[in-house]
Amino acid sequence: MKTLVIADHDNGILKPETSKTINAAVKLGNSIDVLVVGENINEMATQVASIDGVSKVLVADHSVYAHQLAENTAELVISLAEAYSHIVASATTTGKNFMPRVAALLDVAQISEIIDIVDADTFKRPIYAGNAIATVKSLDSKKVITVRASSFDLQTEQAAVTVSTIDSAIDNQSSSFVSVEQTESERPELTAAEVVISGGRGMQNGENFALLNGIADKLGAAIGASRAAVDAGFVPNDMQVGQTGKIVAPNLYIAVGISGAIQHLAGMKDSKVIVAINKDPDAPIFQVADYGLVADLFEVLPQLETAL
Amino acid sequence: MKVLVPIKRVIDYNVKARVKSDNSDVDLTNVKMAMNPFCEIAIEEAIRLKEAGTATEVVAVTIGTKASQEQLRTALALGADKAIHIETDEKLESLHVAKLLAKIVEQELPELVILGKQSIDSDNNQTGQMLAALTNRGQGTFASKVDIENATVKVTREVDGGLQTVELKLPAIVTTDLRLNEPRYASLPNIMKAKRKPLEVIAADSLGVDLAPRTQLVSVSEPAKRSGGIIVDDVAQLVEKLKTEAKVI
Ligand SMILES: Cc1cc2nc3c(=O)[nH]c(=O)nc-3n(C[C@H](O)[C@H](O)[C@H](O)COP(=O)(O)OP(=O)(O)OC[C@H]3O[C@@H](n4cnc5c(N)ncnc54)[C@H](O)[C@@H]3O)c2cc1C
Ligand SMILES: Nc1ncnc2c1ncn2[C@@H]1O[C@H](COP(=O)(O)O)[C@@H](O)[C@H]1O
Repeated sequence: MKTLVIADHDNGILKPETSKTINAAVKLGNSIDVLVVGENINEMATQVASIDGVSKVLVADHSVYAHQLAENTAELVISLAEAYSHIVASATTTGKNFMPRVAALLDVAQISEIIDIVDADTFKRPIYAGNAIATVKSLDSKKVITVRASSFDLQTEQAAVTVSTIDSAIDNQSSSFVSVEQTESERPELTAAEVVISGGRGMQNGENFALLNGIADKLGAAIGASRAAVDAGFVPNDMQVGQTGKIVAPNLYIAVGISGAIQHLAGMKDSKVIVAINKDPDAPIFQVADYGLVADLFEVLPQLETAL
Repeated sequence: MKVLVPIKRVIDYNVKARVKSDNSDVDLTNVKMAMNPFCEIAIEEAIRLKEAGTATEVVAVTIGTKASQEQLRTALALGADKAIHIETDEKLESLHVAKLLAKIVEQELPELVILGKQSIDSDNNQTGQMLAALTNRGQGTFASKVDIENATVKVTREVDGGLQTVELKLPAIVTTDLRLNEPRYASLPNIMKAKRKPLEVIAADSLGVDLAPRTQLVSVSEPAKRSGGIIVDDVAQLVEKLKTEAKVI
């Protein structure tokens, strides 16, 4: 049987999650087709064609798919589903939005956010904010799976395979796009960065997040935040790391003024090296930190910037 | 407008789940249980719609053991008008829950269903989307703002790149994100009053839904433990360690 991967992209940019999800799909052992859904997406389809392990790229390019509304995407995937034993997407906000719809329409369970593949039917996934890892076997004939991309590697390149166009324009009409407020940033994406520096409530306000900028510049880091920092309005929501925000696993994660609540740890504790800067020596973040610095962040952040 | 709010009884969010020594599951004996935090936000949003005069009735529904009536009583104390308990001792999957909820939607005909985006036990993030598919309704997931206008609802969604706003035709399905609102606490008089509000009990297997498992829980294990770290004296030592020991900068 074959696997269908739905590519993840944003505003014309192919997300690295797509390559990592294909890396996971390869482990299922089937041949892989990748569906790219959107509008004006030919360039991305070409990029997908050169990701190792892909047999064929399918492109559904139409204005009805411009904003990747779940209702339309799900029906499009259903129209292709028959040929596939596994339907796989990244557990990004796009994948999380349309994939359960696909599963329900196919009358199968969805296995969410897998971090490992045991065999073509059996997967590992975190539950309870990552405090337990469940091994789950699917009993359905078709598997609908979302992949936690941070647990898989980027796939290497191959000579480009065929790209074919699907003539499809499904407009469910129960939902329509109104607007988007895209957060602009020159920095690497949180989920793709090798280094992440995050600030918490201890930063005190949004202006103080500037203290992280110089360090992030020097390390080529993305900047993240705890929920408390987002809730207090210091920074936008898409910077939230955690159980209900973004899951990151960089080489180096620096937590500044973050206490280390279960829900925050769920989003970063698979980082290779963790540094914590906190003035409270009993903060739980120190229990997962490889290097802890008990200090006032306002004192040590400027020092750190200079020392790098 | 009637609003239906499905709520779930889960481990309290402050409690760290522990794996049973036989690796069969997580151990929930004598663990503090509570309403899923995202469901609290869903109830709050429904009550605010009622207070604003937009909603006329708020119905809370849960699927679970007898004990989950405790969370229904909380929902009633917070301001729901009526509660429905779909009783089962089975551990149901999101697909089953969505199918049972679809039956309740058929029966209650709510214009809006507000669910949490995710249960903090299974971390599934599926039920709302599945219910939307099964009832062929539009979905506004991960909502940080909900505006009802005439026969539509505008939902601002928290997405990876920022915020997206969609407009759904009513009836529709919404799932809540954390910043939609800040839930209130139930007052003592309201807790007393809630005891007299209607709570209907329906047996899950009476609703004609196939509840056969679609997945099998093979085992549950502890996540890989991080080995203990060290406390450094100052920034200079930190940078030195990161360069020569960890070799990450
Ligand atoms: C359903 C649910 C989901 C959640 N999801 C998430 C999630 O995805 N991500 C997330 O992060 N949280 C999440 N939370 C919230 C989580 O429980 C915590 O409330 C939050 O992580 C706390 O953020 P914080 O560490 O920044 O704030 P606090 O816990 O207030 O910690 C601030 C820290 O800063 C330190 N500090 C203060 N001043 C200084 C200084 N000058 N120098 C050095 N240190 C200083 C303090 O010692 C303290 O440890 C969720 C909660 C719920 C209920
Ligand atoms: N057993 C249940 N009873 C009622 N509602 C539920 C149940 N399970 C899940 N839900 C609803 O679906 C949301 C998302 O759950 P899940 O898809 O399991 O992550 C929850 O926040 C609830 O609103």
